[in-house]
Amino acid sequence: MNKINRREFIKLSAAAAALGTLAGCTGSATRGGGAKVVVIGGGPGGATAAKQLRMMDPSIQVTLVEANKHYHTCFMSNEVLSGERTLDSIQFGYDGLRGHGVNVVHDMVTGIDPKARKVMTQGGLSLPYDRCIVSPGVDFKWEAIEGYSADVAERIPHAWKAGPQTAILRRQLEAMPNGGTVIIAAPGNPFRCPPGPYERASQIAHYLKQHKPRSKVLILDAKDKFSKQGLFTQGWKRLYGYDTDNSMIEWVSAAGGGKIESVDPGSMTVQGPVETFKADVINIIPPQKAGKLAFAAGLTKGDWCPVNKKTFESLIHANIHVLGDASIAAGMPKSGYSANVQAKVCAMAVADMLNDREPGTPSYMNTCYSVVGEEYGISVSVVYALDEEKNAIVGVKGAGGLTPSDATPEMLAREAHYAHGWFANITNDIFG
Amino acid sequence: MTLKKTLRVALAGGLMVGSLAVQADPSPQMLSQTCAACHGTMGSSVAVIPTIAGADPEYFVETMQAFKSGERKATVMDRVAKGYSDEQITAMANYFAAQKPVPMNQPFSAAKAQQGVKLHNDYCEKCHEDGGTNTEASALLAGQSTLYLKYSMEDFKAGHREVPKKMRTQVKKMLDQHGPSSIEAVLNYYGSQQ
Repeated sequence: MNKINRREFIKLSAAAAALGTLAGCTGSATRGGGAKVVVIGGGPGGATAAKQLRMMDPSIQVTLVEANKHYHTCFMSNEVLSGERTLDSIQFGYDGLRGHGVNVVHDMVTGIDPKARKVMTQGGLSLPYDRCIVSPGVDFKWEAIEGYSADVAERIPHAWKAGPQTAILRRQLEAMPNGGTVIIAAPGNPFRCPPGPYERASQIAHYLKQHKPRSKVLILDAKDKFSKQGLFTQGWKRLYGYDTDNSMIEWVSAAGGGKIESVDPGSMTVQGPVETFKADVINIIPPQKAGKLAFAAGLTKGDWCPVNKKTFESLIHANIHVLGDASIAAGMPKSGYSANVQAKVCAMAVADMLNDREPGTPSYMNTCYSVVGEEYGISVSVVYALDEEKNAIVGVKGAGGLTPSDATPEMLAREAHYAHGWFANITNDIFG
Repeated sequence: MTLKKTLRVALAGGLMVGSLAVQADPSPQMLSQTCAACHGTMGSSVAVIPTIAGADPEYFVETMQAFKSGERKATVMDRVAKGYSDEQITAMANYFAAQKPVPMNQPFSAAKAQQGVKLHNDYCEKCHEDGGTNTEASALLAGQSTLYLKYSMEDFKAGHREVPKKMRTQVKKMLDQHGPSSIEAVLNYYGSQQ
């Protein structure tokens, strides 16, 4: 950080402190000036960043603004659909973060003023910041599928943001007759949780196999290939009769006419380019873009938010960082693990910058577990490094990869248990 | 003993080189944060994936190198370990060695644990000192997930992991004298330490 930056920083933090007084904020800064960070969004990205900042430098005043009192993780929500776990088991509150000294405010952010460095809320707050961290997750491109909307999603759920939507889809699966069909419409890349739709198909098939064995899951895909495809199809063959006449799962690629164009909730049909598909339960996972706030705050270029991969600072607005699903952080997938790791890279960089230190070299990692069935887990794992010149996150050569296709049943069972172990540890790391 | 000392000096030296000469290497804290999602915050796990906080740095390095070379079989760690240089592995080893392990809160059988104490004292305590809490000469056992410890014993048995000579002798002796349920009893003892 150069001298001008530093001077500016001191000047601005004094201004921010003044604003803080005006807004009626009280903080217990132990450091002169007490830097202020406002984190927006209490999902894996935002909650991790807020907690980590407090752990790294308790002199930083951290406010987390999140509309809801609870967060339901999207990861493991497919096990709620199969009845393997309850909705409560994927619900987390914010008392853990409060315990770390994070000021948690339940309110809706209406905008960010990057010049004045303020976050405005629906509740009338004006929160000054030295640095702002935005982790708004994804929003849906409803218009990409004719007839689909937030209202229609009450009957044709997306269940791609866990919570009430997950409950709707679960109820529909329970109410469905034996011999019925479930459609999962999977979106094109990039989207949240690339293996998610296929784990969902697996978990629903797992439920149907036990309770409604004459039923079927039909995946209509906007893509011609998908994450961990070889491992999923291998698992489906072993568990759900895939590729046989009695297969419980069928996958239709985009080339095969699987990219749906419209939905009609009245007749419970979706329209593909060549065929109309009818089902008892329809789950549409729409194409995605960065969360609403990212657009409102002018942080997007195209559908997502460009960032400096070393610090996750926006390439559009200085002092605002964007991480998690909303950011452009390819080649990392949009996953909970990615958001957790990016949040720590970002928090370390923010703590460095606020303490007038040069941010260090980042290190990133992602592992995505998928539970294909009982005692049957698979994974993909990649270690990433920064190519600073290209501002690119790249996989470390010779490392990472998939569960081997010749893994023994014992190893696949372990992976299922490790998937649950990962869930316990990552949620504790985020919210605990 | 002397080998151990040499390794310790090498470990300390490795860290110095890492932080001084190679500017571009991520900090030990940065490297280690990436492990938390699976192994728990600062290496203390609350579930089946093992706690790595407090691990002896030599043991940590040996383990990572065994994953890297494929000598030790794994589900995920063989793929992950290949992503780190020897210096980076050393940096993580030192970071986790400095963290205090938090024992896992888990269910256990009190009756089996009670049997396990005696078995531990007779067969295991010599190397896994202080009831399996001492990590200076071996892996952390106390407070570790019993399911993970069960997997480890299966791996030793299947030859997926090198068994130290003394351990092979001791485990065989215990199994001969007390039967297969003795392992479960010992694991319950480790799981009971919370």
